[in-house]
Amino acid sequence: MRRLVILGGGTAGTIVANKLRDRLDDSSWKITVVDRDDTHIYQPGLLLLPFGGTGDILKPRGRFIADGIELVMAEVARVDAEASTLEDGRLLPYDYLVLATGTSPRPDQTPGMLGKQWRQSVFDFYTYDGAVALAHALRHFDGGRLVVHIVDMPIKCPVAPLEFTFLADAYLRERGVRDDVELVYVTPMSEVFTKPIAASRLGSMLDARKILVETDFVVERLDPDAKRLVSYDDREISFDLLVTVPLNMGADFIARSGLGDELNYVPVDKQTFLSKKYPNVFALGDASDIPTSKAGSVAHFSAELFVENFLQYVQGNPMTHLFDGHANCFVESGDGKALLIDFNYDTEPLPGRYPVPRLGPFSLLKESAINHRGKLAFRWMYWNVLLPGRPIPLPANMSMAGKHQPREQE
Amino acid sequence: MPITTIGSSQIHVDSEGFLTEYGEWTESLGETLAAAIGIELTEAHWKAIRFLRGDFAVQGETATLRRVSTLANIPIKELFTLFPGKPAKKMAYIAGLPKPRGCV
Repeated sequence: MRRLVILGGGTAGTIVANKLRDRLDDSSWKITVVDRDDTHIYQPGLLLLPFGGTGDILKPRGRFIADGIELVMAEVARVDAEASTLEDGRLLPYDYLVLATGTSPRPDQTPGMLGKQWRQSVFDFYTYDGAVALAHALRHFDGGRLVVHIVDMPIKCPVAPLEFTFLADAYLRERGVRDDVELVYVTPMSEVFTKPIAASRLGSMLDARKILVETDFVVERLDPDAKRLVSYDDREISFDLLVTVPLNMGADFIARSGLGDELNYVPVDKQTFLSKKYPNVFALGDASDIPTSKAGSVAHFSAELFVENFLQYVQGNPMTHLFDGHANCFVESGDGKALLIDFNYDTEPLPGRYPVPRLGPFSLLKESAINHRGKLAFRWMYWNVLLPGRPIPLPANMSMAGKHQPREQE
Repeated sequence: MPITTIGSSQIHVDSEGFLTEYGEWTESLGETLAAAIGIELTEAHWKAIRFLRGDFAVQGETATLRRVSTLANIPIKELFTLFPGKPAKKMAYIAGLPKPRGCV
């Protein structure tokens, strides 16, 4: 009996487990998924919670793990070359290991962030509890300085802080208090997004909404008494309400096992996800160090290619389904509209239509109501098609069809 | 790629002046590049620059501020003092490496 152990039952871990259970013979392969809890969160849904969105975000993990897969609820203590050790002392030997334990916000990494203002005037929205607490604070916020802030890159869903800002602008307008609020966007980057054409479009959208932008701001500490952020080069930004994206880091057991980089991400080959250290370890989704967005779409596309590669690899054949870094993200822009961006390792987000050239129905890098409806509809797809491992008729690698280069590039 | 002449050497650079050929860099070129952005290199600067060069040779990527701080054991605060304003970019420029990816 050969043993495949998958650590993490989130987007990547669940899809891979289900697809491989279908493709690997029950009598010769045992598949085990390990996670610390039984709650699967539809993470894109967290963005809408602070603005009164609800529903269908939390479901039991086990419901999405197919029959014939062993599901173990436990914390992982350590991983060695031949086995995973769980916190309770159990050993899970493996022939092949998939690390799919994601990335998590770590407010403890910024001095002062978890001080007396935490969840009073300082909030995150990448956790369920944080998003719910922020909804309450936003409902009672009638004026002052609202600062949206990123500690450092990379973060999961790098467009989410921008989306949050657009949605906050619309929400405050709807409540009739936007004129009493100074809205500030604070980023450690030199521009509001990582790729130039999209950065320029998204930057103009912030300008049009009278949102102030502070760039190259690398936070050193948060001063809870004065309610301000202080940067390493001694700039200060005060706030009445702070919505921060804490430092994102991979799981601590990855560091303890000597498998991670400085942020606990697993160095892997960016086309096959094979660990650079062990020939029987892979890392998928947000847990790896591949140079593309940490996003559900990347987890999904790479999981599909990984399944084909894995079947080749365990038979001793070369892996031929190479990943190009494809990411595809809806960007909510408020007032029932959204943009869509589609890009990979080599091609930045460009304007055009997706997935069908000229017809769409989705517009790339342009606001539309259809994009917004696409984002909302995706939740149903996620639970009912994506996680069970059913096929989705979209290519895993990026296509240039329907995209065009703007004539003038900034 | 544009070619530019700095001191006596011809080097390949991108549109923002970052070297594109790892092998064209020398320590004396590093000093010239530093001077061009108003930095006189001390031993403390060199500790960071040499780490970046060595790390790039292994990783194929320009180290982030956090990576330099963690692995070369230089506090981020000190990097801001040594390379004021935009330390990650300034270090990469002086070390003759691509602009840090700024992430994705």
